[in-house]
Amino acid sequence: MRRRSASRSWSWRSQAFRGLVWQVVAVLLVGLAAWYLGHNTLENMRARGIKSGFDFLFGPAGFDIGESLVKYDALDPVWKAFLVGLLNTLRVAIVGIVLATLLGVALGIGRFSKNALLRGLCYAYTETFRNIPILLQLLFWYLVFTEILPPVNEPVTLGTTFFLSKGGFSFPWWIDGVWSVPTPGAFSMDGGATATPEFMAVLLGLVFYTAAFIGEVVRAGIAAVPKGQVEAASSLGLPRGLQVRKVILPQAMRVIIPPLTNQYLNLTKNSSLAVAIGYPDVVSIATTTLNNTGRAVECISIIMLVYLTTSLSTAALMNWYNKRMAIRER
Amino acid sequence: MKRTIIGFAIAAAFLASAPVFAGKTLDSIKQKGQVACGVHTGLAGFSQADSQGNWSGIDVDYCKALAAAVLGDASKVKYVPLTAAQRFTALQSGEIDVLSRNTTWTLTRDASLGINFVGVTYYDGQGFLVPVKSKVKSAKSMKGATVCVQSGTTTEKNMTDYSRANKLDLKPVVFEKIEAATGAYFSGRCAAFTTDASGLASVRNKEAKNPADHVILPELISKEPLGPAVRRGDDEWFAIAKWTLFGLIESEEYGITQANVDKMAAESTDPVIMRITGKSEDTGKLLGLDKDWMVKAVKAVGNYGEMFERNVGPKTALNLPRGLNNQWNKGGLQYAPPIR
Repeated sequence: MRRRSASRSWSWRSQAFRGLVWQVVAVLLVGLAAWYLGHNTLENMRARGIKSGFDFLFGPAGFDIGESLVKYDALDPVWKAFLVGLLNTLRVAIVGIVLATLLGVALGIGRFSKNALLRGLCYAYTETFRNIPILLQLLFWYLVFTEILPPVNEPVTLGTTFFLSKGGFSFPWWIDGVWSVPTPGAFSMDGGATATPEFMAVLLGLVFYTAAFIGEVVRAGIAAVPKGQVEAASSLGLPRGLQVRKVILPQAMRVIIPPLTNQYLNLTKNSSLAVAIGYPDVVSIATTTLNNTGRAVECISIIMLVYLTTSLSTAALMNWYNKRMAIRER
Repeated sequence: MKRTIIGFAIAAAFLASAPVFAGKTLDSIKQKGQVACGVHTGLAGFSQADSQGNWSGIDVDYCKALAAAVLGDASKVKYVPLTAAQRFTALQSGEIDVLSRNTTWTLTRDASLGINFVGVTYYDGQGFLVPVKSKVKSAKSMKGATVCVQSGTTTEKNMTDYSRANKLDLKPVVFEKIEAATGAYFSGRCAAFTTDASGLASVRNKEAKNPADHVILPELISKEPLGPAVRRGDDEWFAIAKWTLFGLIESEEYGITQANVDKMAAESTDPVIMRITGKSEDTGKLLGLDKDWMVKAVKAVGNYGEMFERNVGPKTALNLPRGLNNQWNKGGLQYAPPIR
């Protein structure tokens, strides 16, 4: 491209110059629009006596958070509260993506089963779960956990070390160098680790919902593998399991990965609905902070930045994987 | 090239439009013919709508009194139901003229949100609601308990402070909507639900299957002066909102009621009552209102005491005692600066 334009004599009317002008104009317009919006917002906020800026991030948060992966105290700065929220979002998103993929792939393969009952079940599952709004599913799972399970001081015991109650699912955990086994207390489980009903409801809701879509993606991918490939594998005498693993899936993956990326992005973004059932994700923390400090624009920007960053990294990772899986011409 | 020029013209047009400033609130209200009032989405006794869409509650009555004082008609209120998280943005952006939604008056809110608090319609304190069968008698015995709470309120911070001070290690479960928070509490997910004591009474009465199964613990862990707020930058409107509230409180002090306000205005010779009803001095003119602005307000909703009794007082389902909200000369905190 460069060589060709260099060989030509430069002119005001050349294609390259006009292209450059349009690009500069486009960038300028976008920049102006962004500047105008930002400037106008700040001016209006100043005129109305609304304080702005990100300095609040370094003040004490002042509120407790129900569950946290890192040590967090109410006197920690606000940014740390956001970090706790972010980690809670990532926790549910990553575990959710892994489980939804496993379930989704099983569903997709199940749609090709020779067993009519299994095929029908997979079909029924897909149509049920992908057609009920995700928010309703989250509320449903939350209701299941909080209504049906026994109170926290009289939990159902599974074995002797696992407990299930309205307080959540408690299990032994490695704490300070020893295995800590939970024991029921008056108001909470003492020791061990606990997956709260909020976390489990968000996780189950997201996994069951997204798995239905992933199932369809996998089914489409498998259906796209030419029939001859399967016949060829059969004629080589490969057993059914090996055919799926060595012949069908590797080819199907090329069709599956791009739409699968969409589903991963959807799952991460849908996790923001967790605020409806009390899971302290990044949106929940931002809402609380917003109301304590009144910095609406700043808090919403942080939420947008968080989702933009996680989505872009997910997409980048999946694109890299897609490139690796793509057909290499030899 | 022509298109480039159009592009620049559009950009220039964008730039030329200066930032929007809020006009005089009173003028715009008179022009619109209604007061836009931000209220709670549904809190019995404070603001809730019935099946016909009629709003009632002590916060709603304030909106009505304001509309009556300004426009002469208590029905000219546009109610905008708001969640805790939406309320300040709605006021800042001019979507509502006044926020009357059991909002706690704090320094941070007063100094950094671009709003001014008008006064106190209800002196409250934060408490805990627990099931009777849990046998909890004091908040201090709830070590490690899970507590349901609505986000976007002062309650989260108060609870954290109280939990720290008493080493209780309370675990909050924070919901965006109050219905979700109370729903989780009544399903047994949380050992307690916390909000202002008046709100607890409202929730217990409206949403519990059997209100007697739940008890409000004796500890009040914070001061919650609840009151209306207006946008900053319009002192005239701020004054009107302030003095409408003071007028309602002073009307009670001098025995002006919904039933006798016309008679008082016509016959009373008490100089204070003559000032309040606009018979002697024209206080309305100073505020930019009609001479009988306070008569109209009291006629619409009664005085402060009547608002209290009708919506939250001992004869209502909420059964809240007058307590701190009594007149200053009857052992309470309600003390209105004089109308003169």
